Amino acid sequence: MSEHHDHHDHDHPHATLPDATERLTYYQAMEVAVRELLVEKGILTADEVRRQIEDMDGRNAGLGAKMVARAWVDSQYKQRMLTDGNSAAEEVGLDHGAYTLVVVENTPAAHNVIVCTLCSCYPRWLLGLPPDWYKSRNYRSRVVREPRAVLREFGLELPDSVTVRVHDSTADMRYLVLPLRPAGTESWSEDRLAALATRDSMIGVALAATPEPD
Amino acid sequence: MQVRRAYPPGHLRTPWYVRGHAGVIERLCGAYPNPEELAYARSGLPAQPLYRVRFLQRDVWGEYSGRPDDTVDIEIYQHWLEPAGGSTA
Repeated sequence: MSEHHDHHDHDHPHATLPDATERLTYYQAMEVAVRELLVEKGILTADEVRRQIEDMDGRNAGLGAKMVARAWVDSQYKQRMLTDGNSAAEEVGLDHGAYTLVVVENTPAAHNVIVCTLCSCYPRWLLGLPPDWYKSRNYRSRVVREPRAVLREFGLELPDSVTVRVHDSTADMRYLVLPLRPAGTESWSEDRLAALATRDSMIGVALAATPEPD
Repeated sequence: MQVRRAYPPGHLRTPWYVRGHAGVIERLCGAYPNPEELAYARSGLPAQPLYRVRFLQRDVWGEYSGRPDDTVDIEIYQHWLEPAGGSTA
């Protein structure tokens, strides 16, 4: 037994430290090999790889929230966003890269939720890296066939009067849910509203956050 | 429209659960290189029209328990679509 274990008796497993994992998987080893070859052959530099990772890690749901908040205060922007997500992203200074953004609007009568049943397609450039549950087989296989039960597990109980629309992100589109603007925020600024557009509300497993009373 | 009930090998972006089911086109997304070709390092050209097709959940899942108008929207390439009621092998 390790010294650490001597101090408290228990039998639950400890989380593995990131660096203490088992041997590399096949694909992890392949990634390392390909990356090292690309650097060795001068196709990419190690610094370029690092910068890309830094850029990806720096992205978060605040980017998508910027679009949502703008749509909440500007109905013309909202219309443009629903018809052409990419140019609406550009309007607020976001770079969509090669993907086409489809924004789906929640209404009092319809709730939208996003999944990628085939893999884990996700609008990373708007929301950052996807949460682990989004990539899990459990979520991917179940939300598409029993969305109401899955949403209930997330704490979202939808009334029977609301239609559920699941969007399976199978090809070249990426999706963002435009949540309903919370009541009681009529006088709020765009910046303040953006804090209510949480990651999960833009995936569709939650509503926008409830505002603190003024 | 309906989705072809076909099960070819390879890298496919058409989920199994929707093959053979009928839906309506929600929108044309544009034309994109064919992923079934891209997966094998070919060009994927000419680009293939890609549609978003809306299916009723109750049509896709026999035992679906939600509202009858609940839907699932899926991106489907044109070569996977055929007129509803068409022959399916």
